Amino acid sequence: MNGVHDMGGMDGFGKVEPEPNEPMFHSEWEARVLAMVRAMGAAGAFNIDASRFYRETLPPHIYLGSSYYKKWLLGLEDLLVDKGFIASGEVAAGHAIEPAKPLKHGKFSRNDVERIMVRGKFGRAASAPAKFKPGDRVRARNIHPITHTRLPRYVRGHVGVVERDHGCQVFPDSAAIDAGENPQWLYTVVFNGAELWGPDADPSVKISIDAFEPYLEAA
Amino acid sequence: MSDHDHRHDHSDLSETELRVRALETILTEKGYVEPAALDAIIQAYETKIGPHNGAQVVARAWSDPAFKKALLEDGTKAVSTLGHVSRVGDHLVVVENTPQRHNMVVCTLCSCYPWEVLGLPPVWYKAAPYRSRAVKDPRGVLADFGVTLPQETEIRVWDSTAETRFLVLPMRPKGTEGWSEQQLAELVTRDSMIGTGFPRTPGAPS
Repeated sequence: MNGVHDMGGMDGFGKVEPEPNEPMFHSEWEARVLAMVRAMGAAGAFNIDASRFYRETLPPHIYLGSSYYKKWLLGLEDLLVDKGFIASGEVAAGHAIEPAKPLKHGKFSRNDVERIMVRGKFGRAASAPAKFKPGDRVRARNIHPITHTRLPRYVRGHVGVVERDHGCQVFPDSAAIDAGENPQWLYTVVFNGAELWGPDADPSVKISIDAFEPYLEAA
Repeated sequence: MSDHDHRHDHSDLSETELRVRALETILTEKGYVEPAALDAIIQAYETKIGPHNGAQVVARAWSDPAFKKALLEDGTKAVSTLGHVSRVGDHLVVVENTPQRHNMVVCTLCSCYPWEVLGLPPVWYKAAPYRSRAVKDPRGVLADFGVTLPQETEIRVWDSTAETRFLVLPMRPKGTEGWSEQQLAELVTRDSMIGTGFPRTPGAPS
């Protein structure tokens, strides 16, 4: 979707302001939100792509006006309601009203913590040979899906060069909407600054994205 | 989806805290999670992951050419051979800074970041100014960090748009000949592994 989360190349957000000696969490609730998202995801309530999609679909003013973990909280609530794990009135009520819905992997317990500290595996067997190889010129397709995609707007329609082949991986555009893993080849594609930002761009800058094969066409 | 437009979000902390507590109560009452498991997740994030892991990887690469070669070929595999660093998931790609090329990592779409080797990302990495400008004006962003590079140095920005995670291997500081890995690791900053900073200079106050 063409949402405000897709920020690459936007102007007007001001300077980057690093915080000296930044704490890991700025409030205790942030840590609880992080833990709940990780636990419910690991228990099988949703996948990582769906959780990203639900943050992206927050209304633009909420997305831009909320802190990072506030977005995680709002996205988590919406996701759990939509998937039927909580009822819409329960958060306001402060306790469970409806019966629980079974989780794919069961209750998240202490024994599950170790396994979630290592990232999941996203590589999958290929069902077709790769269309592109390093060195190929490719154009990022001019597509505007209204659901989740990992093709940022700032590269669409532009020509780059395939630099790396990462094998076949879970396709977020499908996984986010419960349409299966639909594995696709993944490539690092490099663009010149001027190709993306015009003739005034800094000639010393190159930008790459990781692009799934359906995002690309031969150029 | 529920309607956030009816919510008045003025960062009212107590309201947010209440909502978080309510949600945790519901998830617990429904038998989805154990609160002690949530505690354990938080404790693991606070103690097991962090830039100290990445710093050990970098220090080893600076000290051991064979390890460096393996690291640049397959980051996940190479890091997994370091017993003292927590295991990393698949798809870790390590990119090397040289006098000719400086690498910088961003996630314009959200906040993708190599947690296992760098810890949880800082707020600035997840916020709009960095995410919007890193791909269009990386030199301007570096200036916000007080970092200046020669104009002839190529800047390569890696936008983390998939599950690949990128770690920058910064250049080894001069004046560190003969240093131990432990000494070298102390020079490696988090930002130098994102590409928005340099390692500490030997002898400079940290």
